[in-house]
Amino acid sequence: MSININRYKCGYCGACVGVCPKGALELVETWIEVDESMCIQCGICDRICPVGAIEVMK
Amino acid sequence: MKDMYDVLVIGAGPGGSIAAKTAAEKGLDVLLIEKRQEIGDPVRCAEGVNKEYLKKHIEIDNSWICADLKGSRIFSPNGTKIEMAQEISGGEVGYVLERKIFDRALAEHAAKAGAEVRVKTRATGLIIEDDFVKGARLMHLGKEYEVRAKIVIGADGVESKVGRWAGIDTALKPVDIETCAQYLISGVDIDQEYCEFYIGSELAPGGYIWIFPKGEGKANVGVGLLGSKTGKFKPRPIDYLNRFMEKNFPNASIVEMVFGGVPVSGSIEKTSTNGLMLVGDAARQSDPITGGGILNAMDAGKLAGEAAYEAISAEDVSFGKLEEVYEKRWRETTGYAIDMSLIVKNCFINLGDEDLDALAYSLKEVKFERMRLFDLLQALFKANKKLLWDLRILFKDAAKEVVKNRT
Ligand SMILES: Cc1cc2nc3c(=O)[nH]c(=O)nc-3n(C[C@H](O)[C@H](O)[C@H](O)COP(=O)(O)OP(=O)(O)OC[C@H]3O[C@@H](n4cnc5c(N)ncnc54)[C@H](O)[C@@H]3O)c2cc1C
Ligand code: SF4
Ligand code: SF4
Repeated sequence: MSININRYKCGYCGACVGVCPKGALELVETWIEVDESMCIQCGICDRICPVGAIEVMK
Repeated sequence: MKDMYDVLVIGAGPGGSIAAKTAAEKGLDVLLIEKRQEIGDPVRCAEGVNKEYLKKHIEIDNSWICADLKGSRIFSPNGTKIEMAQEISGGEVGYVLERKIFDRALAEHAAKAGAEVRVKTRATGLIIEDDFVKGARLMHLGKEYEVRAKIVIGADGVESKVGRWAGIDTALKPVDIETCAQYLISGVDIDQEYCEFYIGSELAPGGYIWIFPKGEGKANVGVGLLGSKTGKFKPRPIDYLNRFMEKNFPNASIVEMVFGGVPVSGSIEKTSTNGLMLVGDAARQSDPITGGGILNAMDAGKLAGEAAYEAISAEDVSFGKLEEVYEKRWRETTGYAIDMSLIVKNCFINLGDEDLDALAYSLKEVKFERMRLFDLLQALFKANKKLLWDLRILFKDAAKEVVKNRT
């Protein structure tokens, strides 16, 4: 189980941060930081990213 | 560096800057922080606003106006065109702004009114004592420090954490967000007096494609999809946008890329707590139908700035007080409007392409310069009776009239 964010693809828009039910993501400068201890791998961030920069593997 | 203020505003978008300006004008000691190093950049917006409404907030400055629109055109899935004059096209068109300049101008207005502005300064958490928000931890150039304030205003946009840190759940469900991609294109022949919208399940499931002119040969071309209609193995906004571009503007140069999410949830349960108010996208105040949020953020910012003054003057920044001076007031205006839009949104996302075509077809003949709600309802009724029924809450009185007229 893991979550990967491709920072070369990410457009640092913050949409994923807005949908994360656990508040595990944060938009810092031009990248997304994940607090893996809070992430429950629900995959919502992966689902709504406009470019597909996040990959959540269950 | 000073570390005590009356008001700390987190986020210098339109909501935060107007809140800071309003509070500073009332004589409060205000700090406005923005985590980006450049206010307004990168843009996360199609930049359309209603002219008349904008004028209520600010004196128009041509340096941030890119296009002045006459109206809008909507294309149904089979290409049926409906044309609307500016005043009635739902309020989100009129001017197309240059938000990089506009957002910065608003922050400058806040500074001119006396607020202190700090950029590249990010809130990393709140100071909460005795159940009251008392300030925030900030980070600037890798150094963390604390700033205390009697009231904190969270204006931190779609990626807001401020509310969550204070225990307000602002997480958006997939059905509550439009996920968007947009290109600023140049070198194309685009009608600079109309904005265009394209709807349909092929082009943009649960959303639409927009073309907003941005001055000589330029336009914002973007797509928004409802989060609940997208998925891991489905095409993403950027794929839909590329497809539309290939078909319609194969030779355009893309001079800027924009990504973003717009809250389309309608009003959420709570937007303030002891010592804290949320405004704009952080409070999920954007319009569920149009995705417009600039003016709603500015309205809420103004209310929050005034509310901060009232609460601080009364020496009561409790939730009860903020509920009275902020929460109630925004719910009566913006809150009501976005909840009505939510009803329309919920109804439209269930329409198939044939329904949309039928609707467009029956609206085609109406003279839009003079169209009243009544005409719209007649047309709606002709196209789809169920739609009118679903939307009855919106126009209770007008709907009665339509029904009466038909019998
Ligand atoms: C693709 C797209 C198209 C859109 N088109 C339109 C349109 O045509 N018309 C319209 O009216 N609206 C449109 N919107 C919506 C509009 O952009 C927003 O509603 C509006 O910007 C909200 O303003 P705001 O002040 O609430 O938040 P924002 O403008 O998002 O500002 C929030 C600010 O807070 C900062 N911030 C966040 N976290 C922190 C932190 N921890 N510390 C410090 N600072 C922080 C951010 O960097 C940001 O600058 C669109 C949105 C998108 C994504
Ligand atoms: S939604 Fe995608 S593009 Fe936007 S910040 Fe998150 S990972 Fe980056
Ligand atoms: S998988 Fe779910 S919990 Fe984990 S970061 Fe994404 S949205 Fe948050």
